[in-house]
Amino acid sequence: MKILVAVKRVVDYNIKVYVKPDGSNVDIEGLKMSMNPFDENAVEESLRLKEKGIAREVVAVSLGNTLNQDVLRHALAMGADRAILVETDAELQPLAVAKLLKAVVERENPDLILLGKQAIDSDAGQAGQMLAALLNCGQGTYVSTINIENDEVIVTREVDGGTETLAISLPAVLTTDLRLNEPRFVKLPNLMMARKKQIETIAATDLGVVAEPRFNVLNVSAPPTRKSGIRVNSVQELLQKLSDLEGITL
Amino acid sequence: MNKLLKVLVLAEHDGAQLNTSVYQSVSAAQTWGAPVDLLIIGKATNAVAKQASSLAGLQRVLRVDAAHLEHLLAEDAANIIVRIANEYQAILAANSSFSRNILPRVAAMLDVAMITDVLQINGSNTYTRSIYAGNVISTVQSLDVTQILTVHASNFAITKQGADAEIVELEAPAISSKSRWLSQQQSQSHRPALSSAKVVVSGGRSLGSAEKFEQLLSPLANRLGAALGATRAAVDAGYAPNDIQVGQTGVVVAPDLYIAIGVSGAIQHTYGMKDSKIVVAINHDPNASIFQVADYGLVADLFEAVPELIASITPAH
Ligand SMILES: Cc1cc2nc3c(=O)[nH]c(=O)nc-3n(C[C@H](O)[C@H](O)[C@H](O)COP(=O)(O)OP(=O)(O)OC[C@H]3O[C@@H](n4cnc5c(N)ncnc54)[C@H](O)[C@@H]3O)c2cc1C
Ligand SMILES: Nc1ncnc2c1ncn2[C@@H]1O[C@H](COP(=O)(O)O)[C@@H](O)[C@H]1O
Repeated sequence: MKILVAVKRVVDYNIKVYVKPDGSNVDIEGLKMSMNPFDENAVEESLRLKEKGIAREVVAVSLGNTLNQDVLRHALAMGADRAILVETDAELQPLAVAKLLKAVVERENPDLILLGKQAIDSDAGQAGQMLAALLNCGQGTYVSTINIENDEVIVTREVDGGTETLAISLPAVLTTDLRLNEPRFVKLPNLMMARKKQIETIAATDLGVVAEPRFNVLNVSAPPTRKSGIRVNSVQELLQKLSDLEGITL
Repeated sequence: MNKLLKVLVLAEHDGAQLNTSVYQSVSAAQTWGAPVDLLIIGKATNAVAKQASSLAGLQRVLRVDAAHLEHLLAEDAANIIVRIANEYQAILAANSSFSRNILPRVAAMLDVAMITDVLQINGSNTYTRSIYAGNVISTVQSLDVTQILTVHASNFAITKQGADAEIVELEAPAISSKSRWLSQQQSQSHRPALSSAKVVVSGGRSLGSAEKFEQLLSPLANRLGAALGATRAAVDAGYAPNDIQVGQTGVVVAPDLYIAIGVSGAIQHTYGMKDSKIVVAINHDPNASIFQVADYGLVADLFEAVPELIASITPAH
């Protein structure tokens, strides 16, 4: 089987972002960028399916400008067979991502399509479900185990209050939970090798997809901060303060 | 936005009862000042529909009942919603793994955007939500004719009861058959549900083992009638089950009292608890970032402070 895995380039999860003084947007200039953590889980799982002899080919795809080559190189260094960049300078919202990915799916015909459950910059959590809808295929979101049995994929989903197990007909779209696996570290020689590999580039405009924004960002701002608290020196003082200042008796 | 149509709320329930977040999503839906319908999908949903019909401000309770809808799949839920969507200006649900699984699929089928986890509804098509794990607040204006969103339930008031809305039965479309439900594992807990608990006791990696996590935090939670929460590090280390992870990628809570024990306060964690009314943090590192969101910070070794805390609390009855 063939697996297509979508990887997004985002501000590294360790970095705190700030808004521009004019409130027009987030200032990400010069910040460290990385592959979206959930997408790393998706790449890792694809590679494990290949190592088990279940998958034949793993193709990584990223949508965005040429800088996105770095996350594709990271996917190649982890072990992906091929990488595709759908190039555009446009700001892509989840519906546009889903439409562009659908066009790539139609070219590549994968049996399994893996995405992260959410991009940690926009925190939308939509693209996978939207892609499944556009492809009119089954979906498995927030998956923490993946097993292929005949022409179905069996997944465990992490849901509020527990887990759920589904069997989904292939081709299927899955979105990954962090618990799916622990992504491998990329070794330097592999990274060097990945530098030499070809990245196939497709202009988004050549895919015949209208990917215009469906909402406008009017402004961004820093969240309200909590009023600064106080330090207590002992458990007894804590209980006293909670009782005196908040009327809470524990 | 010219004509004010109606608003549809998708209800989450467990077959016996409505999820409490439904009460909040219904009041969010009333922001538009348009008639609100509540959609209940499932099997044998009589009692749930009856309960729903008492919510104030509902025009109708729509019931789609069929055997194959007992364990609802996103494909079937989306087909049901899309069938009736053209009557509605807005379709929403409380933000949860249930709604986030279904509504993006609906949005794509209708070729409209979805707005996830709305903190505030400002006018007919403008919304405030957070991005970057709560580090940035963004105000967006939708350009679509149909607004699809999930709302941050704890930010909205709880709808009153005592009304008597009409219950309308709708036929279920044919089963989609793209996936099959096999089983579920519900975590059994005698404690209140994490997402709606009044008090939450959360522990981090520093508890050191599943035994210690249980040994120290359980008695505290029991005495306070609290739900237990955990950091992702604690969950990853196997000290606590995944479904009690609080944070950006876990559950978002807003209790009256949140007690963070041995929690460093990573932004991904604080995203899930910073709307709590009162935050108490116990950490032995005076520079831990959890103290920046804590109303009461105690710099102490948790292995000493927690037993002392337990001993000082009057046991719950
Ligand atoms: C994409 C992504 C999503 C994530 N989502 C989440 C999420 O939803 N929720 C979440 O929680 N995390 C999430 N994380 C992980 C997050 O970044 C942190 O790694 C995690 O919250 C840290 O957990 P912790 O506080 O238990 O552990 P640590 O950061 O290791 O902190 C342990 C703390 O305990 C204190 N301590 C140690 N010993 C003692 C003692 N004896 N007494 C008192 N204090 C002590 C230390 O001073 C320290 O502050 C996510 C990460 C990523 C990359
Ligand atoms: N620009 C992009 N390029 C490739 N994949 C993307 C892109 N944006 C989103 N995705 C995929 O969609 C998932 C969910 O994104 P979102 O719906 O934006 O939270 C991500 O984890 C990625 O797998």
